[in-house]
Amino acid sequence: MKNTWSLTKIRILLALRNKTFMFFGLIMPLGFLFFFVLIFGHGRTGWIAYILGAVLAITVMGSFWGLSVQLVMFREQGILRRFRLAPVGAGALLASSIFANYVLILPAVAAEIIICREAFHMVSWGNLWAVFALVSVGAGTFSAFGLIVASVTNTMQETQVINNLLWSAFLFLSGATVPLAVFPVWIQKVALFSPATYLAMGLEASTTGHIGGHELLEELIALSIGLVVAFEISRQLFRWEPEAKVPGKAKLWVIAALVPFLLFGAYESSFGNQLSRIQKHYQMLDRQTSSERAR
Amino acid sequence: MSEPVIRVENLRKSYGTLAALRGVSFEVQAGEVFGLLGPNGAGKTSTIEILEGLRTPDAGVASVAGLDPQTAGLEFKQEVGAVLQSTSLPDKLRVSEALALFTGFYRRRADPELLLRRFQLEEKRQAFYSQLSGGQKQRLALALALVNNPTVLFLDEPTAGLDPQVRREIYDIIEELKQEKKTILLTTHYIEEAERLCDRVAIVDSGKIIAQGTPRELKHSSAGTTRIEVRLAKQVSDGILNSLEGVSDSREFEGVYVLHSTRPPQTIVALVKLLEAESNELQSLEMFSPSLEDVFLELTGRRLRE
Repeated sequence: MKNTWSLTKIRILLALRNKTFMFFGLIMPLGFLFFFVLIFGHGRTGWIAYILGAVLAITVMGSFWGLSVQLVMFREQGILRRFRLAPVGAGALLASSIFANYVLILPAVAAEIIICREAFHMVSWGNLWAVFALVSVGAGTFSAFGLIVASVTNTMQETQVINNLLWSAFLFLSGATVPLAVFPVWIQKVALFSPATYLAMGLEASTTGHIGGHELLEELIALSIGLVVAFEISRQLFRWEPEAKVPGKAKLWVIAALVPFLLFGAYESSFGNQLSRIQKHYQMLDRQTSSERAR
Repeated sequence: MSEPVIRVENLRKSYGTLAALRGVSFEVQAGEVFGLLGPNGAGKTSTIEILEGLRTPDAGVASVAGLDPQTAGLEFKQEVGAVLQSTSLPDKLRVSEALALFTGFYRRRADPELLLRRFQLEEKRQAFYSQLSGGQKQRLALALALVNNPTVLFLDEPTAGLDPQVRREIYDIIEELKQEKKTILLTTHYIEEAERLCDRVAIVDSGKIIAQGTPRELKHSSAGTTRIEVRLAKQVSDGILNSLEGVSDSREFEGVYVLHSTRPPQTIVALVKLLEAESNELQSLEMFSPSLEDVFLELTGRRLRE
């Protein structure tokens, strides 16, 4: 545990000294917030909380991207092999990546919430405890996905390709950019199989404060199981050496990390009520906007 | 003799169809500096990385301080220190942070302040890794290898790519470690390094050890010949230099004729006579007492740097 803590501190320090991190970790998420509010929230204060939930989801999901790129870069530069010589296990190194990532997204998360409340006149703080829980578990889950990407890709180019594919799917099939409620039902059902949906749905419901924390249990359980499974897979597939290539078949382990979400998706699409909750939520926001405009 | 600290028996390693190690065996005693000398691709790094626990051998036995590097895990890493041939640290990590971080991983810890002083990095303690020169990076690598006051130290090409002055600085540091009776396994392709630093040397070529002993023993095994290197105005026919008095072997490398002679004065007189008879001219002549380079040349027919 001591090694994990030492590595976490160093990872945080290194990130804070990196201009790229400052851009992608702080400026870009805030840019998303301003952009979304400008486009979708202008004159519709009822929507600000919903937009905040979506932007928080994007901020948390983005953690997988930087982590995978950094780990692959460390491996390609031979930095990981220096750590391999020391009595440091892969578990400590990977766990420190997740902890550091979590700490590093908190300033952006806090800034987004405060800006929405103070500058964009968000009606209420929403359910902050639920937001905190989802951000914490979600950051861990998506960081662990980043670790898997780093483990199954052999070069930086491969990492970028896989990241782009995953990122697009996470963004557009989760309700984080376009509300799920406006999609045809079959797309909504497909979205139920994506981990990003559980994060975005949960955060949007928490920031708008329309549901209690206990109603987010399904999202929290799905993301927690995803975190544990993804972390273990990344630990098993972890490589210290740039020459240690991953066989093509091992890349299928990425799918194994999605198994919990496939199971939750199958359950939800047959017996769950998430989609009807989303619809109701969306209609309520729509009605609020109409009444705001009428006033 | 006491139990060796490093024991390697019939080590084999292949990468695909390339056999990198073809049955390497040697032992290193406590307090000894043992060198693996050979050209690039000879199998030195594969050997040392198996001993560091970074690679798995296909066959054979490797033991360090009584532990198996492949199975002893984190316990093994507590006991060894290493300078890798190809490694790096994060660009934005400060020298003092690197030392503090790595020191913290070990149970037995050296004082980072003393290491900074010993490796002349005090003034650079706040410098980022990316701001260090090649020599400073290598001194930091050595300092990091000593943070746990290791039982065994592995140095893989510790001076490769460094300029001669920095190389000599590193030699001084390794000589200090030698005086402290550290057990060191060193790989190098620099003759001077092996001769100056190593108590015993194994000459490695194509995945095999072709000779082993103290530098003095190895040099004596080269038939006590003196190496004479000459440049001539015109080429001479193959084998003609071999017939000169005292010459046991002659070869040509990029316009330089390398003669090994048991009786250098007679050989030089005979050479001058031959050149006169052939209307050829001597452009330069240098004489060298036997070195490990000559041993390698005799054994393989190639020069170390080829």
